[in-house]
Amino acid sequence: MNDLDIWLTIIFLGIGTFLLRFSFIGLVGDRKLPEWMTRHLRYVPVAVMPGLIAPLIVWPQATGGELDPARLIAAATALLIGSIFRSVLGAIFGGMAALYLMLYLLG
Amino acid sequence: MGADMSRTRSVYWQGVRAGAPFLLVVAPFGMLFGVVATEAGFSLIQTMAMTALVIAGAAQFASVQLLVDGAPVFVAILTGLAVNLRMVMYSASLTPHIGKAQTWHKVLMAYFMVDQSYGVSIEKYERSPEMPLADKVSFFFGVISAVAPFWYGFSLVGALLGSAIAPEYALDFAIPITFIAIIAPNLRSLPHLAASIVSVVVALALYWMPYNLWLMVAAVLAMITGAQVEKWLEARK
Repeated sequence: MNDLDIWLTIIFLGIGTFLLRFSFIGLVGDRKLPEWMTRHLRYVPVAVMPGLIAPLIVWPQATGGELDPARLIAAATALLIGSIFRSVLGAIFGGMAALYLMLYLLG
Repeated sequence: MGADMSRTRSVYWQGVRAGAPFLLVVAPFGMLFGVVATEAGFSLIQTMAMTALVIAGAAQFASVQLLVDGAPVFVAILTGLAVNLRMVMYSASLTPHIGKAQTWHKVLMAYFMVDQSYGVSIEKYERSPEMPLADKVSFFFGVISAVAPFWYGFSLVGALLGSAIAPEYALDFAIPITFIAIIAPNLRSLPHLAASIVSVVVALALYWMPYNLWLMVAAVLAMITGAQVEKWLEARK
């Protein structure tokens, strides 16, 4: 890995990522999207985010891909607090607290 | 005009408050990136350039890891972009709300479109679609002002501290916790719940696929599920 490789990666990943982000808000702008499309787009957050993290929870890299009870319990705690109390702060605090407690207990 | 300005300002602060909890996870995650990039052989300038130009933690980690493994540059770039492909969907789902904003606002919002600013803002927009455009824009900038400075700042701290940070802190889990915190409050509606279950199941089943394709397939199937369940519920009324 040389300096040029690093810079090329930074620059092209930066430009490409910006274009991905700008794509729809920039090009579609204020034209109205068809109803079937907005109906699907409503579910983007719940369609992308749970899938993105599921493998990280079930097969965490930190444990070499082994199922880890501490991380599972932490995820469940965050999920419960977040959905019952609708609290972002509670979910984050509760989840991290559960993680550290479990890592300490299960050592 | 005066009343308008003060309302916009208060919406901005609402955004700041809504974004603030994510400090708790963005800070450690940024720090972790600083450490990992430095250990991989990035100079301080390179680490900060990547953090500032890309602002997308997961993609940055993926590209750095590939460069360390000796992958060709174009593979490192394309993999990073594949990880960020979800941003196209974020962009599409924001369009009905902020598509009419001024171009330079949209350019800035695109630059600052990260999971947290997107997730918190879209939740707010869906809950109160009647918000004026100016308020939607202010809210988004409020959320990101609570997040971005800490992302930059803690990447810098991580780059300076380097390997002084021990793995026992389990910082790898900051990401899953963030996403759960963003999503969990939405899971009370049946279509949302169904979509998220499909997303999880398909992602796990297809995780063997290369280039993050598993995530794209899972996302599309989950979106279809959400939309169909919504239609079905409407038809039943």
